[in-house]
Amino acid sequence: MKPLFVHAVGVAAPGLQGWAQARPVLAGAQPWLALAETPYAPPLLPPNERRRAPPGVRQAFRAAEDAKSACAADFSQLATVFASSDSDLTVMDRINSALAEPVRAVSPTDFHNSVHNTASGYWSIAVGCRQPGTAVGGHDGSFAMGLIEAAALVHGDGFGVLLVAFDVPPPPLLRPFRAMHCAGSIALVLGAEPGEGTLARVQLSLTDEAESTLSDAALEELRLGNPALRGLPLLKAIARGAPTRVVLPHASGCNVVLEVAPA
Amino acid sequence: MKALAISHYTVTTACGRGKAALLQALRSGRSGLRHGQFEAGAIDSWFGAVGGLVQPLPAQHAGWDCRINRLLAASLQQDGFSEAVAALRQRYGAARIGVFVGTSTSGVQQAEFAYRYRDRAGQRLPDWFDYRRSQSIHMPAEFARLLLGLSGSYMSISTACSSSAKVFAAAARAIRAGLCDAAVVGGVDSLCLTTLYGFNSLQLVSADICRPADARRNGISIGEAGGFAIIDPQWSADAPALLGYGESGDAHHMSTPDPEGRGALAAMQCALDSAGVAPAAVDYINLHGTATQANDLAEDRAVCALFGEAVPCSSTKGWSGHTLGAAGMVEAAIAMLCIEHGLIPQSLNTEQPDPQLHGAIVRQTHQARVERVLSNSFGFGGSNCSLLFGRRT
Repeated sequence: MKPLFVHAVGVAAPGLQGWAQARPVLAGAQPWLALAETPYAPPLLPPNERRRAPPGVRQAFRAAEDAKSACAADFSQLATVFASSDSDLTVMDRINSALAEPVRAVSPTDFHNSVHNTASGYWSIAVGCRQPGTAVGGHDGSFAMGLIEAAALVHGDGFGVLLVAFDVPPPPLLRPFRAMHCAGSIALVLGAEPGEGTLARVQLSLTDEAESTLSDAALEELRLGNPALRGLPLLKAIARGAPTRVVLPHASGCNVVLEVAPA
Repeated sequence: MKALAISHYTVTTACGRGKAALLQALRSGRSGLRHGQFEAGAIDSWFGAVGGLVQPLPAQHAGWDCRINRLLAASLQQDGFSEAVAALRQRYGAARIGVFVGTSTSGVQQAEFAYRYRDRAGQRLPDWFDYRRSQSIHMPAEFARLLLGLSGSYMSISTACSSSAKVFAAAARAIRAGLCDAAVVGGVDSLCLTTLYGFNSLQLVSADICRPADARRNGISIGEAGGFAIIDPQWSADAPALLGYGESGDAHHMSTPDPEGRGALAAMQCALDSAGVAPAAVDYINLHGTATQANDLAEDRAVCALFGEAVPCSSTKGWSGHTLGAAGMVEAAIAMLCIEHGLIPQSLNTEQPDPQLHGAIVRQTHQARVERVLSNSFGFGGSNCSLLFGRRT
């Protein structure tokens, strides 16, 4: 397959608060610090949607808006891929709790926020985007699944693509059944051709090799703490700016290998 | 785009297991919907249940046992589908066949059960709950990949009611981009309380049987279904084909369609453009046609804007119910049945056509030469997908 070009990056995770701050940390020029996470109200969302947006949507927007802030692309024209293992289990928790009561009073807002493409829908409203938008989920391989679909949209259908991977930790009842240690999201703006300010060139293929790990213990903990942050080795390679080969987890017996180089 | 042959397909709905059961129901006008409670204590509604999903999965898959996986496994056993995938594996190799499955709610019914059997303090779910192998949205795709013995990349798409239409688009572009050489696509969703009470909270579940395009329509009847298809670009024998696809977003509202139908129109236009055919070349449109007031009206506007008022169109949800994440696959199968058997199905349960709708709603199932069928699937979040099927020329 032809290479993908990364035009912009967004990131939101503990101690990685936006690409501008995260880049030198991932490059090893600055230490990672356990900065406290702050609540986020996406400025791009209209007030009604902002009020209704559950934590997963806010987390997705945090990285997407970060990428958008540093990118000249017309986001209303980018196809989108939202990749998430669990979208938002706080919503499912409220629905399942309501269904376990005799009255079964499901909130209509919870129900429309329960679909896996909630963040995708809110995003299309926020930026007025009528291009194809999809939502995929691949458990711990969600980031790579999203990247594969984004690559297919770029090289199979000719779109510029915004990929957003996000997940937020489940509520207490579900924690024993779905381990996740932190909220995290990564956004990439991808295209078929390099342009001014392009950050990296990425050659994607499938492999049966094992996934890459991160040498820094704190960053490795983040990587394993959230499915979206399984994409951190790619961000580290982009931040370092030297040719690097990384393997991201996808499925049993099939991972994704990325040859990352400066554009 | 280059037409992609669909060498095999199968579908299991409330009308029965396999293609022949659905074809027979379409011909005879027999709905698979019935009235009552699909689970003890659930509100009364019309619903489309697949019969006989009572046996647990065999021992080697016991950890995956839940309603949606019984439905998925049963679907794969119809119409020689699993055998056809085995033959495909021989030709392409297990690692070069992609798996693309759409679902809306995956196995959320297991989570419903788990919450019902929380401990008394409400602090702990039962130990038998297995998130990864039931509720997780990727689960049906992973289970299908496992059952079919495939080892390449896979995709689990969940965009509400357009999910398993979009798998055809995703597979076509993945093949074109070189990510796989052939694909198994499918959709599966099973009945659960989340969707019944959820749609009911939005006042979208009909107390009556669903009546698409009827003046008195007042909502959906929920159904469950599973279906799969093989996209084999090298298939040379006679077979229906995916000719084009179009996807769009409404950018309007999370749970209400754009009343102007602009997103729907864009998806249909894109499907025709990608196939390089004119609107007049379409012989039948299988509507999304959920039988809600808003959907049928917006979709009719979009259809008439693009096709005028003469192309026969109908919703087939009166047979299967709205099978949500499986609807795209069920209706893709219906589109292919229509092409192969020269059939144009009526809008089942439509008694008083809505005078506000101007499309040519089919009132009587009839035989006709059918070269091309457009199939619409629209979902929450304003997610639209239109697929064009036909014979390769």
